[in-house]
Amino acid sequence: MNTAHEGQGHGHSEGQSPNLGAVAAPSKQSGPVMIRMEAVEKHYGTYHALKNVNLTVSLGERIVICGPSGSGKSTLIRCINALEHHQSGRIEVDGVEVGTSSKNLDKVRAEVGMVFQSFNLFPHLTVLQNCTLAPRKVRGLAPKEAEAIAMRYLERVRIPEQANKYPGQLSGGQQQRVAIARALCMSPKIMLFDEPTSALDPEMVKEVLDTMTSLAQDGMTMICVTHEMGFARQVADRVIFMDKGEIVEEGAPEDFFAHPKSERTRTFLGQILHH
Amino acid sequence: MIRQFTSAELLFLISSVRWTLLLSAIAFVGGATGGLLVAFARTSTWPWLRATAAGYIQIFQGTPLLMQLFLVFFGATFLGLNIDPLAAAAIGLTLNGAAFLGEIWRGCIQAIPKGQWEASTALGLHYFTRMKDIILPQAAKIAVAPTVGFLVLLVKSTSLASIIGFVELTRAGQIVNNATFRPFLVFGVVAVIYFILCWPLSLYSRHLEKKFGTVSR
Ligand SMILES: Nc1ncnc2c1ncn2[C@@H]1O[C@H](COP(=O)(O)OP(=O)(O)OP(=O)(O)O)[C@@H](O)[C@H]1O
Ligand SMILES: [Mg+2]
Repeated sequence: MNTAHEGQGHGHSEGQSPNLGAVAAPSKQSGPVMIRMEAVEKHYGTYHALKNVNLTVSLGERIVICGPSGSGKSTLIRCINALEHHQSGRIEVDGVEVGTSSKNLDKVRAEVGMVFQSFNLFPHLTVLQNCTLAPRKVRGLAPKEAEAIAMRYLERVRIPEQANKYPGQLSGGQQQRVAIARALCMSPKIMLFDEPTSALDPEMVKEVLDTMTSLAQDGMTMICVTHEMGFARQVADRVIFMDKGEIVEEGAPEDFFAHPKSERTRTFLGQILHH
Repeated sequence: MIRQFTSAELLFLISSVRWTLLLSAIAFVGGATGGLLVAFARTSTWPWLRATAAGYIQIFQGTPLLMQLFLVFFGATFLGLNIDPLAAAAIGLTLNGAAFLGEIWRGCIQAIPKGQWEASTALGLHYFTRMKDIILPQAAKIAVAPTVGFLVLLVKSTSLASIIGFVELTRAGQIVNNATFRPFLVFGVVAVIYFILCWPLSLYSRHLEKKFGTVSR
């Protein structure tokens, strides 16, 4: 069990690319499948939130999901770690089906890290305790071991000196970086980001995006819901556009931004790129 | 025949306070234990469990405490069990306290932002750990003031146990009054003793409320 925590890497070494600018690596879509969603349907009561969603994410792929408010972006990624339950279709994470038994859910959640728009740090615990709780309780690590790992990730997100502060004493950008470190401490195979910069003051957006970019360079498999199109262009292997619960269009960022195929995509991009 | 209200009578009243306190303590510990279970049930993801707990709360909040004590006391007798008044009162107050504390604590648990649940769930923490390490420590802060407030209510409620024959402070007052026929004096003293017990608790509750901010319901 513990060996999973030994290395900084995430079982994937190709990302050690020295060139920061050229993140868009050769196509990974042929690699092992980490997430497979097939014909997923999700209803909230009578509201149809996800309609026939099909999505395959390979190891090391970086996906950006965008789309208008209420289009189901959060719902989609929350179905992956079963914060929401889909009603039909199939979701598999690293070969484990989501939604069949609680045993599977625990397994999946331990492998999937999630970062929220509102940080959701635990306010009554210090930064360090925020980071060590799950590794201790879920992975069964000894406190010392969990702390060593936590400090490594706090250094990684460049705030080791805040380890003994409480979340309320940090800026929004710092809190979000702690939230990223907290998720990484579980050594997840996949990271989900739900608008991680939307609640931040503009001057703090960059520090969080930089952290995410560096994570991408290390080869982390990630799905990011974000409207930061600069980040999408630079980091994403694939951009997905959702509207009204459907995946309307997807493509490599170059194509997606230069030649959007659907009218809905064009309208949306027009709105977010020109303001 | 008629006795005077002397220091002996006063001492008798004061010494009966321990029974009031004992009953309060038992009922509080019992009510708190039950209340925690009721609060967990009320915030459960299982609809039938939520409904059961809601029904329980409705029943105990919707009927007089005195009737609940009668039902426990006479119900036990009806079933052929020989129950002493202290046990009957303790059981009745525990069941009642579980409903009230359960409802108070449900509110405190639900006042914790949903994001705390989501983040701890997403980290793979189990229900027990989520409750113990994330939700309850935060909920406890907003729960202390209303809980101490409930304790004040509970101390006063124990006076009803006098009616099923448990000799606590109120019952002791009745006994002294039957011998002295000085009801105004006797029950005045009894009331003062209750006040001395409850007032510091009330103050403490108000202090805690200020310290932790008001309860969001
Ligand atoms: N728990 C819920 N109960 C009922 N309806 C919900 C729930 N969560 C989301 N919805 C509805 O489902 C739809 C999709 O919501 P979702 O949060 O996935 O959208 P989104 O694309 O993430 O939007 P945003 O950009 O505003 O975050 C919305 O219409 C929303 O109102
Ligand atoms: Mg959303």
